Amino acid sequence: MSAIQPPANRLWWKEPIEKIEITWVLIAFVWAMVLFFMMPYWHVFGKQNLANEAHRNTPEKYTAKTQEMVDKYKVREETGLNDQKIPVVHPPAGSDVYLIARLWQWWPILELEQGQTYRLHLMSMDWLHGFSLQPENINIEVHPNYEHVLTIQPTSSGNFGIVCNEFCGINHHTMVSRLYVVKK
Amino acid sequence: MAVNRMFRTCPASGLKFHQPAEALIRWNAVAAVVSLLVGGILALLIVLTRWQAVHLLSPDVFYMVLTAHGLDMLVFWIIFFEIAVLYFAGSTLLGCRIAAPRVAWAGFWLMVIGALMNNYAVLVREDSSVMFTSYAPMGAHWSFYLGLILFAVGALIGCFIFFATLSIGKAERTYVGSVPVVTFGAVTAAVIAVFTIASGAIILIPTFLWSIGLVPSIDSLMYRQIWWAFGHSSQQINVSAHVAVWYAVAAIVVGAKPMSEKVSRTAFLLYILFICLASAHHLLVDPGLTSSWKILNTSYFLYLAVLASMVHGLTVPGAIECAQRAKGFNKGLFEWLRKAPWGNPAFSGMFLSLIGFGFLGGISGVILGTEQLNIIMHNTLYVPGHFHATVVLGTTLAFMAITYFLIPVLFRRELAFPTMAKWQPYVFALGMAVFTLFMMGAGTLGVPRRHWDVSFSGNPLGFEFPGTAWLMIALFGIGGLLAVVGGIMYLLVTVYSVFLGKRIQTPGFAHVTARSGAAAPVTAPVGAALTGTGSVAHPQAASGTFVLAMVFFVSFVLYYFINWKYLSTVWPLK
Ligand code: HEM
Ligand SMILES: [Cu+2]
Ligand SMILES: [Cu+2]
Repeated sequence: MSAIQPPANRLWWKEPIEKIEITWVLIAFVWAMVLFFMMPYWHVFGKQNLANEAHRNTPEKYTAKTQEMVDKYKVREETGLNDQKIPVVHPPAGSDVYLIARLWQWWPILELEQGQTYRLHLMSMDWLHGFSLQPENINIEVHPNYEHVLTIQPTSSGNFGIVCNEFCGINHHTMVSRLYVVKK
Repeated sequence: MAVNRMFRTCPASGLKFHQPAEALIRWNAVAAVVSLLVGGILALLIVLTRWQAVHLLSPDVFYMVLTAHGLDMLVFWIIFFEIAVLYFAGSTLLGCRIAAPRVAWAGFWLMVIGALMNNYAVLVREDSSVMFTSYAPMGAHWSFYLGLILFAVGALIGCFIFFATLSIGKAERTYVGSVPVVTFGAVTAAVIAVFTIASGAIILIPTFLWSIGLVPSIDSLMYRQIWWAFGHSSQQINVSAHVAVWYAVAAIVVGAKPMSEKVSRTAFLLYILFICLASAHHLLVDPGLTSSWKILNTSYFLYLAVLASMVHGLTVPGAIECAQRAKGFNKGLFEWLRKAPWGNPAFSGMFLSLIGFGFLGGISGVILGTEQLNIIMHNTLYVPGHFHATVVLGTTLAFMAITYFLIPVLFRRELAFPTMAKWQPYVFALGMAVFTLFMMGAGTLGVPRRHWDVSFSGNPLGFEFPGTAWLMIALFGIGGLLAVVGGIMYLLVTVYSVFLGKRIQTPGFAHVTARSGAAAPVTAPVGAALTGTGSVAHPQAASGTFVLAMVFFVSFVLYYFINWKYLSTVWPLK
């Protein structure tokens, strides 16, 4: 009798389980518990967790807030694809900073200070986009109408890339920008 | 209406084929292989584009081809084949007539029309390059969604035909006691499929209505949540189906029987119980969901489905080991494995599928599905690297393996190009292993998936990926090409054998009618290959398997904690 035939013993559920199998089941079960408890553990003791904070918002209101930040803290401009001018802002340490994702651009460019904490807001104006900070490798999904707020602390300085890593149409691969972290 | 009760008994295997079921299994398998052929051609084009030293396609064509590849492979190839597996595990393994063959044919044609309509939207209309996930609010042509809906309805009909077939088997007493473990696995797959298709309907029907202007808008978060309840559980159908195929091949080739029916069946049951709504692990870095929901959902309630897969990972090779030892391959820990029928592509394909699925697909899946670890891999190439290890190295290779058994038994043709067939699983598995490993490597370095140009050429704000990332991209390109060669070998062998292969003639071969209201005539239920020997061996004898399992376990633990270590170096976030 094999696996493609009915079990030979009609009372198969009364057969004892062999040692090797039961040992393996126990090992796997304990491991499953470790896998599970690592996640709450990291929420308590780890430093890399996502916020539960998100608000519903409209593109208009979100753009207005971002514009306000740009007006206050713009330090210079840079040239993106097709000679578009993109403002670079240097908001104060500890403040709320806003980043707009839209087809096919990140706006504006943020300049942050090393070691400081910021409340980073992310929202899309149209379709889904993916915030992928490189080479740090922090990846966050960006939705339209949901404003996601994360507390972020750049611990290293330099020029970072922000790649869009959620497919967002025909020019998806051109949606890339920068994030600067400067030493104080 | 008279019920067709014509059966034939396969002289080689002793299996009993009901005439209408046999035709249905053949046609579903053929439709599957055609989808694989189309998807495979597209795969070649994609690999040659992502490998940017070649960069074959233009961006619009690349995104279109990528959309079609995902659908033709993940949806059409896999599900057509699964319907064939269901009918085989229901009608053939139970020696029982299939329920309502006309309805089953209607389901089949709905699936065919759906698949054609969907491909038409993507490849002919060229206005539906939205990827197989079709995340709203990005929209496709209505025929894209309608095609998927028709296909899903057809597949749902297939599931119900399977359930009805089981109850006929019970009523007409074509088997005694409980259904075989393989059929039980198929039941698991079908139960999950019903749930999955319901989720698919809940999300695709409103999206279809939206595409023709009857629904004003679709919320992006709701869409992702429900779409993945459909998209993820369908992966669990695949796992159940290919684990069932592993048990089947192990039984057919070496006469393996489950070490313990209780353990194997409970593990299948865990899939059913703990898979429902497993969608959050695709949304671990999305806004608007709480961490507690994400944790509970991503772990499928405490990782009991992972537990189930780990159990099958032991019991399948364990069953093989017991059967082999009973045949006298008893020396040391591994003689049973060394002396296994490695030249038989059904066996080698099945065993490589098991190893590849466990080591590459399973481990990486758990890592990706861990709430915080997802931050460092979401939407990078790690993701397609992981799922090519599960659904290609695991599911696809398992399905390829069982085809080698089905060609003589179901199509009654001799296997053409036996040497090529013998090598095919090795070439395909090696190519895919290299492909998935280096894809995951590139993902670890942050290279995005679904991306036409990771050099960002001409973009003043572009980002430069490190040289190692480019090396990994080239290596997965080479692995992908090798896998394509393995795929071509499979297609050559199967298509040639089925259409032009030498017919198998058996003197005195005929279909016979089963008496109305009763089962097909009972023949010896097993042929030469099927003489089960497992019960003779002592399951304690599966010590070699246990050693292999421990190797797996140690790799799993190490790699898991390496990723936490890596995460801990990333900028603090909360
Ligand atoms: C020779 C075999 C294959 C090769 C070389 C191959 C290659 C690829 C490549 C290069 C990508 C693109 C990754 C990206 O840019 O994000 C891809 C995507 C994909 N492949 Fe394959 N593939 C193969 C077989 C399969 C099979 C058999 C399946 C399913 C059973 C499959 C399912 C998918 C899916 C679902 C995607 C994702 C499409 C998307 O991102 O929307 N592939 N494949
Ligand atoms: Cu984007
Ligand atoms: Cu994008």
